[in-house]
Amino acid sequence: MNKLEKIAYNCRKATLLIEKQQFGRLTMGERVELKMHLAGCSVCRIFQQQSVTINKMIKDLYNQKSVRSTLDGQFKHLLQERINRKLSM
Amino acid sequence: MTKLNVIDPQQWVDNHADYLYSYALSRLDDEEQARDLVQETFLAALERVDQFEGRSSERTWLTAILKNKVMDVFRRKSMAFETVVNHADDVDFFDAGNGHWKEEYQPRSFGIENYDHVVNKEFNIVLENCMKKLPALWLSVFTMRHIEELAADVICNHLKVTSSNFWVIIHRTKVNLRACLQKNW
Repeated sequence: MNKLEKIAYNCRKATLLIEKQQFGRLTMGERVELKMHLAGCSVCRIFQQQSVTINKMIKDLYNQKSVRSTLDGQFKHLLQERINRKLSM
Repeated sequence: MTKLNVIDPQQWVDNHADYLYSYALSRLDDEEQARDLVQETFLAALERVDQFEGRSSERTWLTAILKNKVMDVFRRKSMAFETVVNHADDVDFFDAGNGHWKEEYQPRSFGIENYDHVVNKEFNIVLENCMKKLPALWLSVFTMRHIEELAADVICNHLKVTSSNFWVIIHRTKVNLRACLQKNW
C-alpha cells in the first residue's frame, strides 16, 4: 500500500492532522493526505466539524469565566495594605 | 521617576485584583490558589517595579507575571505524569491495525455542529466536567495552547514535553474530550 492509500484509510492519522491543521501546521503533503481522507470519510468530517466547534466553545467558556469573578472586599483591603506597607519600607 | 507615572501600586488592588483573580480562577478552578497567585503576583511585581518599562499597560504587565505563575502551577500538576502513553483512563479509539475508528467510538452528530457563540449554561457544565476528567498534563497542554495561545515550543519547554508528545497530547485530549461530550450531552 502506498502512502496516500494508507492515509485514505487511517482515521487516527487523519484526526491528528485535523488537530495540527487548526494550528496551521500542515505541510503541503499533509494537506493533500488530509483532503483525500476527508473526501472519503464522513466520520472524520464530523470529527473535524466538532473539533473546530469545541475549540470555539472552550475559548468562549474561558472568556466568559474571566469576566465574572470578584475577590472579597476584606481580602482586597488586606492585600492593598500589605502592598502599601512594602511601598513604605 | 518617570516610570512611576505609569505604574501606581497604591491603586493596584482596586484597578486589577478582580481582573487578575478572574484570570487565575478561570484557568485553575481553585479559589484559594487563585487568590494566592493574585497576592504573589502583586508582591513579585513590587520587587521588580523598576523593570517595568511602560511599553505595555500596567495590567498587561501584571497579567504576564500572573501567567507565568499559572504556568508554574500547571507544571507542578503535570510532573506526576512522566509519560504520555498508557495512562489508565486512556482508551484507544482507533483500531490498532488499520487506524479506523472503532465502531463504538465513531463520532456522530450530537447537536453542537452549528455553534454560533450563544452561551448554553447546561452545555458548559458538561464541558467543564469533561475537562476535569482529563489527565493534568493533557489539560495543561491543552489550556496553554487553546486559551493562552502559546507557541508549541514554549509549551514543550515549560512542561518538559517533547514536540512529538505535544501533538500526541493535543490529539488525545481532543479525541477524549469529544467522546465525553458526545456521551454526556
